[in-house]
Amino acid sequence: MASVTMTVNGKSVSGDVEGRTLMSDFLRNDLRLTGTHIGCDTSQCGACVIHVNGEAVKSCTMFAVEADGAEVATIEGQANTDGSLNVIQQAFQDHHGLQCGFCTPGMVMSAAALLKDNPKPSEAEVRAYLEGNICRCTGYHNIVKAIMAASGQDVPAVAAE
Amino acid sequence: MYAFEIERPSTIADAVKALSDEDAQALGGGQTLIPTLKQRLAMPATLVSLTGIGEMQGVCAGDNGEVCVGGATNHATVAAETAASYPGLSGLAGHIGDPAVRNRGTVGGSLANNDPSACYPAAALGSGATIITNTRQIAADDYFQGLFETALEEGEVITEVRFPVPEKSHYEKFVQPASRFALVGVFVAKYADGVRVAVTGASENGVFRWTEAEAALASDFSAGALDGLTVPADSMIADLHGSSDYRAHLVKVMTGRAVTAAA
Repeated sequence: MASVTMTVNGKSVSGDVEGRTLMSDFLRNDLRLTGTHIGCDTSQCGACVIHVNGEAVKSCTMFAVEADGAEVATIEGQANTDGSLNVIQQAFQDHHGLQCGFCTPGMVMSAAALLKDNPKPSEAEVRAYLEGNICRCTGYHNIVKAIMAASGQDVPAVAAE
Repeated sequence: MYAFEIERPSTIADAVKALSDEDAQALGGGQTLIPTLKQRLAMPATLVSLTGIGEMQGVCAGDNGEVCVGGATNHATVAAETAASYPGLSGLAGHIGDPAVRNRGTVGGSLANNDPSACYPAAALGSGATIITNTRQIAADDYFQGLFETALEEGEVITEVRFPVPEKSHYEKFVQPASRFALVGVFVAKYADGVRVAVTGASENGVFRWTEAEAALASDFSAGALDGLTVPADSMIADLHGSSDYRAHLVKVMTGRAVTAAA
């Protein structure tokens, strides 16, 4: 066992983990932060994307020990301080960027990483960036719309409105 | 996964010492090794993480104008930091896997693994790179020795890779639609003294140089120079994604596209 200490969503946390403990398992089982989802556990689907030192990573394909000392951000830390949805989350709601919602934590975390580096991405850039995030419900169109809208760009209104 | 310990040394010397244990294995970004461990295809007693070693991180310019990449540098960093100095390498690094994978996976890890469908072996062989380890320098032509086989000895660590910068280069990848690995990928680099063409994803023996194309392109660097050439299909990979004939055909098509796109 190894002890790890890291900052998760601004709070210092620590725990004792095995070498083989995945970051996704540490978040979900030890910290009870179950917003980070495990869809495939083979680093294909992106439901487990978190930020480690500001960079998007798949938490199912990283050991908790490797995040020792790191700044970690998960979906639980994304809302505004008053508890309201942040810009990206609100855009997902407004543009129907989710159906079952299983992929959404990873989608939001990937979107946040993209917009940090590229505040006004083109639609093609959004689609390229989401290559590692799989959604089986939406067909992606509304997710892309939501991210475009979250970046302050005009997008066509959704059919439901 | 079987149980193991993880060590996180901060110097190459400490990493080499930790890897002297015969049941120890190096861990780069883990984007291949962790899935392998999950399938219980490896059973190391100790993993020695190389990503915390500062002297193996980053991109810099070498004395002879090469691009020098620390062995533990991730793909995203290579893509960003070689965009001006070596666009062909930057383009290759920037299209490996997906953004989250590129933030973890490392050049040293990819070259040490030598997956027959990995992208980096094509860049290293196509550039005539030098693979630098804790003990020696290995020319790319001597380094790749077949499927998942390299010149590395047990416990040897890739500390740096030096890429001579070509006049023009491009990597053209035909992705397998589901896995996004290269079904066939071709790296073309035009140097003052010749052209190098390295092919990944196609051969049962891993990355290789297509020397006939190199000779044709040396006198006429255009896709048309490949017209009369054929790629033998006999040692090409055949699987449900494509026959050996299909891969052989793709090698020529991808080479032509890489030549046309080279900048």
